[in-house]
Amino acid sequence: MTLETHPDRGGAGTPLLQAKTLTKHFPLGGGAVVRAVDGVDFAVMKGETLGVVGESGCGKSTTARVVMQLLPQDKGEMLFDGEIVGGQALTLKEYRRQAQMVFQDSYASLNPRLTIEDSIAFGPTVHGVSKAAAILKARDLLQRVGLDPARFAARYPHELSGGQRQRVNIARALALGPRLVILDEAVSALDKSVEAQVLNLLADLREEFGLTYIFISHDLNVVRFISDRVMVMYLGEVVEIGPVEELYGDPRHPYTKALLSAMPSMDPDNRTMEAPLAGDPPNPINPPEGCRFHPRCPHAQTVCAKVKPILATMGDGVRQAACHMQVPGSGHSHAPALEAAA
Amino acid sequence: MTAITEGSAALVVPPLAKSPGYWAGVWRRFKKDKVAVGAGLVVLAIILMAVFADYVAPADPTRSSMLRRLRPIGTPGYPLGADELGRDMLSRLIHGARLSLFMGVVPVFVAFVVGSVIGIAAGFFGGKFNTITMRTVDVFYAFPSVLLAIALSGALGAGITNSLLSLTIVFIPPIARIAESVTTQVRGMDYVEAARASGANALTIIRVHVLGNVLGPIFVYATSLISVSMILASGLSFLGLGNKPPTPEWGLMLNTLRTAIYVQPWVAALPGAAIFITSISFNLLSDGLRSAMDVKG
Repeated sequence: MTLETHPDRGGAGTPLLQAKTLTKHFPLGGGAVVRAVDGVDFAVMKGETLGVVGESGCGKSTTARVVMQLLPQDKGEMLFDGEIVGGQALTLKEYRRQAQMVFQDSYASLNPRLTIEDSIAFGPTVHGVSKAAAILKARDLLQRVGLDPARFAARYPHELSGGQRQRVNIARALALGPRLVILDEAVSALDKSVEAQVLNLLADLREEFGLTYIFISHDLNVVRFISDRVMVMYLGEVVEIGPVEELYGDPRHPYTKALLSAMPSMDPDNRTMEAPLAGDPPNPINPPEGCRFHPRCPHAQTVCAKVKPILATMGDGVRQAACHMQVPGSGHSHAPALEAAA
Repeated sequence: MTAITEGSAALVVPPLAKSPGYWAGVWRRFKKDKVAVGAGLVVLAIILMAVFADYVAPADPTRSSMLRRLRPIGTPGYPLGADELGRDMLSRLIHGARLSLFMGVVPVFVAFVVGSVIGIAAGFFGGKFNTITMRTVDVFYAFPSVLLAIALSGALGAGITNSLLSLTIVFIPPIARIAESVTTQVRGMDYVEAARASGANALTIIRVHVLGNVLGPIFVYATSLISVSMILASGLSFLGLGNKPPTPEWGLMLNTLRTAIYVQPWVAALPGAAIFITSISFNLLSDGLRSAMDVKG
């Protein structure tokens, strides 16, 4: 029995994962729904790391769970290397071999009654690999994530530190030979020095195994370090997507601007003088009409309260933002002029 | 990219020294608890006494003597006195342990198996299945256990089999409820999510990831029910719904000796004392197990 890695089908230039109008609502009873994820569109290119940032409750983790299909989406579909996830060509079980996830809580994501190697070996045995082969694979992976198998393989989770446990979780995710790894706040619970080690490990593993990451975090510095592109979410919607340096250097959406300006400056002479965003994000049970950010936006105008902005692609074609100020002729006074029509 | 490959030759997995696991830690903490260890030894002694009753008992527990009725404790040849038919109390208590323990352990064990299956299934699958199952269980749970046991035994008719059956039915609901709540907790853990993410089906997840984490707490709870079961079984016998004379059983002995409470109060109290000692030992043992298992790490 062998567990071969799936070959690349569409070629390096095609997206590995495309999410189309992914929607997940949680009914609360009495007709109210939490619009946790509301029509999210994005693509992850092969070999890249897509960072996902946003405030608590903006739908980052729900998006991750829907992408992992731990929660079924209410609407929308996903294409994995061109195949519909859960369709005939790519069953859910097969998809789950190619996409794996690392969770935030390193302790809760390991079964306390299993040794480390048994936890890592569980996935491959589910897919028909013999127990002995799976254990050998687990020890090999432990080595690769920087844990000596002779010392750690037969230990139990509670005997490891948080950083060591998260390395084990990474090894577990890699045991099935996935192409896509979703890292849901995977380093957020670690202290800074360990976090840096694990981030370096993730970067190394990406090279070694040719992985594609979806990296979810609320830590903007960490996202900047590891990501190639960044997606900003607000209240269950995507507000901006773009290459990391361009987005950090020149944010187009007012929310992205506010988020980045809330980042503490490393230089005391260059303090953030802008006031941070006031208040909490609105309730996702009853989101505002029009642009969801308009009640907190310093540039909000009448059009923002009425018309929902689309995620528009901008000039160079690599950046997208959902803001009326970026769309010519949107009716917002800061919108660029309609030069083409003139 | 790597592939997991297995050659045709048998793979050799070099063994590693297993670090002391969870149960080693439980045992280490349990050993320190003097009360629980003492209770465990008492339980062990009672079980051994019951198993080897034929060798331990000084006399035949059914041989009666009209001349030696209701002798006090310390009578020569009758170290714990004689009952209302002149039978040796010590031998009857030793032999009575068999049926009393049997009535205590068997219903709880069967209920442990059935209740765990119900509770784990309800807790793991959740949703409407959970609601329907657990509300049905609650209907039985709403009755006081003594009343339910008496009502079921009364309806089924007297006899050991029927009282075993009714006691089992009495203990299924509380065990199922504990199993459901523990399983619901475990189901929400990330390692169960991770197992789902690796494509495992429900049965595999329950077998590998759920059972090991829920059976311990359910088992501890079930041990605490053994004493309740013994007392209920004694109660059924006392009411004439369980064991029939002359087979010795503590509940029935308590019943037949109650008329002698003014003549030989100490002898009449002995079966009650045996029930008390056994049940409190089981309770202390399960308390000790609970606290030994409760510590994280």
